[in-house]
Amino acid sequence: MEPTQSVAERSRGRWLILLGILVAALTLSGIAASPAVADEASTESSEQEEFEYFFSGNVTFDDEPLEGVRITVEGNGFDAETETDADGKWTIGVPEKAEYELTLDEDTLPEGVVVEDGQATVTAEFGLTNRKSVNFFLGEGQRVTTDIGAQVLIRVVNGLNFGLLLALAAIGLSLIFGTTGLSNFAHAEMITFGALMVLSFGVDLALPIWLAIIIALVLSAALGWTLDAAIWKPLRRRGVGLIQLMIVSIGLSLAMRYVYQFIYGGSTRQLPGATIPSDIHLGPVTLSWIDVASMITSVVVLGAVAYFLLRTRIGKATRAVSDNASLAAASGIDVDRVIRIVWVMGAALAGLSGILWAYFRPGVSWDMGFQILLLVFAAVTLGGLGTAFGALVGSIIVGMFIELSTLWLPSDMKYVGALIVLILVLLFRPQGILGRRERIG
Amino acid sequence: MIDWIAIFSNAAQELISPTTAAYALAALGLAIHFGYTGLLNFGQAGFMALGAYGYAISILSFGFPVWAAVLVGIGASIVFALILGIPTLRLRADYLAIVTIAAAEILRLIFTTNTFDAITGSASGLQGYKTGFAALNPIPDGTYGFGPFTYNAYDWWIRIVGWSLVTVLAVVTWLIMRSPWGRVIKGIREDEDAVRALGKNVYSYKMQSLILGGVYGTLAGMIFVLPRSVVPANYQTSLTFFVYAILLLGGAATILGPVIGSMIFWVLLSFFSGFVARAVEAGWLPFMSQVQAGQLRFILVGVAIMLIVIFRPQGIFGNKKELAFVK
Repeated sequence: MEPTQSVAERSRGRWLILLGILVAALTLSGIAASPAVADEASTESSEQEEFEYFFSGNVTFDDEPLEGVRITVEGNGFDAETETDADGKWTIGVPEKAEYELTLDEDTLPEGVVVEDGQATVTAEFGLTNRKSVNFFLGEGQRVTTDIGAQVLIRVVNGLNFGLLLALAAIGLSLIFGTTGLSNFAHAEMITFGALMVLSFGVDLALPIWLAIIIALVLSAALGWTLDAAIWKPLRRRGVGLIQLMIVSIGLSLAMRYVYQFIYGGSTRQLPGATIPSDIHLGPVTLSWIDVASMITSVVVLGAVAYFLLRTRIGKATRAVSDNASLAAASGIDVDRVIRIVWVMGAALAGLSGILWAYFRPGVSWDMGFQILLLVFAAVTLGGLGTAFGALVGSIIVGMFIELSTLWLPSDMKYVGALIVLILVLLFRPQGILGRRERIG
Repeated sequence: MIDWIAIFSNAAQELISPTTAAYALAALGLAIHFGYTGLLNFGQAGFMALGAYGYAISILSFGFPVWAAVLVGIGASIVFALILGIPTLRLRADYLAIVTIAAAEILRLIFTTNTFDAITGSASGLQGYKTGFAALNPIPDGTYGFGPFTYNAYDWWIRIVGWSLVTVLAVVTWLIMRSPWGRVIKGIREDEDAVRALGKNVYSYKMQSLILGGVYGTLAGMIFVLPRSVVPANYQTSLTFFVYAILLLGGAATILGPVIGSMIFWVLLSFFSGFVARAVEAGWLPFMSQVQAGQLRFILVGVAIMLIVIFRPQGIFGNKKELAFVK
């Protein structure tokens, strides 16, 4: 019997090493929720000798053990509690081999760390052994226990970040609507495209991330050019009605979305650096440098778009076409060329927005653009359909509103508030905040 | 080797399946909205969800009888139509599109959230509401039918109820559309201002149309959940787009279009998916996995929507003079 025993021991040791490597790999590849991996073999059992059965685990976040986290166990008329030691390990003995409920007290976790949605209480049962490991999956997040002022400030900064990235997509959508009258549902797929390209070039082909982003933006712009050249311009030539065009864009959106799923699969993957720790502290607000870079990029790009629209010849021509296409054509503006430029620009902006959205979520998935499409539409409608600056204002309002609404709405309902606001605004100011009344007729 | 018989018999079964009936009903409702009135309702999935949840929740949480549960669903969809219509029916068509799509998503998110888990069953949905409906079944237990159309008593009961409803509502729609009310509705589609100039209250007619088509959608939602369970993920916007594909395929301003369109749509889709799945199994398409074969149908539907709208906007049965795509 002896040799078999030692083989079993060794293989368990191997498992541990493997587990360690796996955990390291997971963290390196940047999974936001770092699993608090249970470590069976090395847990001390001396202090729990009165019981035969044990629950144990190891609470870590971003590879850092968390000390002093309270774990309680309840069930079968028995309850007990323990705290994690300096290595983040914990053990609770229980009298019977039965089902128990284990709860991790979120108040004892450090700032900015929470148990992933609703998993703070876990029901566990023993298998064949008398020791059962229980994992709590920790993620970055905020509990409402922080004081309300700080909470609001954190939400406002997050909302600003989200609103700015929405604005990038919204301005493109709004310009396309303004110049062609098309409500482009395929904008969602143009957003996803940017993120998917960064995934392909930055992760699969392992190019440096800055190069991958530049390639992704160029390809996004090319996508806009291609879509206009292959689909929208011929349809305009045929004189296809606006509602028909809108339904074509819905068909295109459906087809492109599932082509993405066909190629990239249904899983969510991370861009490099998407889960770096938030180590920039501004008062109660903690940001990662990616958040800061994202906001700066958005502001600079939005500024450039504003300069383009207000100061350059083509920008002025774009606004003229938006205002009245026939009049613009009569004054010698090449309307088709302006529309082509708008498509290229709109697609590039949507691609950039998708990349930033991939870092904000975080993660890249085949339907990520479609998840925010309605918010982008809400932003454009709020600001006033067809007005570029209205889209900016609308986006920031939508972004802020969504983040602030999580103060009192459960997080899986946070988009509901924004969509209700959209309906309410249409009720009281149908032309949007910066829209003109004549546009709604 | 490919089992052609199985592929064909599966496809043939779609001809009378309750799902086909449900889509036909939903598309008939959309025909009233979009085809006859020119309202761009992109929230048909929301109306269907209200039917499904209204029915299931009334039975499971409140123990209502079947008829009351049906009425609750219908009532909910009327309220929903009023909420949608009041802010948007005075506005341009694309506003209604955005608001309806947003409202349908709001409903889906509310049905999915954990907050109301006790009533809605959150993401895993509801089941166990079928006993009341099954108890009304007059058909004695047993298996009936021939060839691919062999089902047990409950399955036949769903099909009979579903298709009777489709038939009745198709006739009702036909009658309504040739009545004076229907002429006003079609007038609104063609030229709203002209109808207004004739002294008609366009807003009120549009609202009635929205409610009527919405009720069709609600009934469709109830038929839809009788052979399966209520799952919130079924009511995504792509459900609405599928119904639109059926409507556009058959012809938007027709009665037979949505019904036959639904049959053609599901038979072709089932045939196509069955064929691709088997072909992948047989190794004919080595670059594709089974999962990918399943996604191919969505790509196909998307492309089909585009092609129909561009090349045959009146659909199979439609008349080019009666196009919903004004302007």
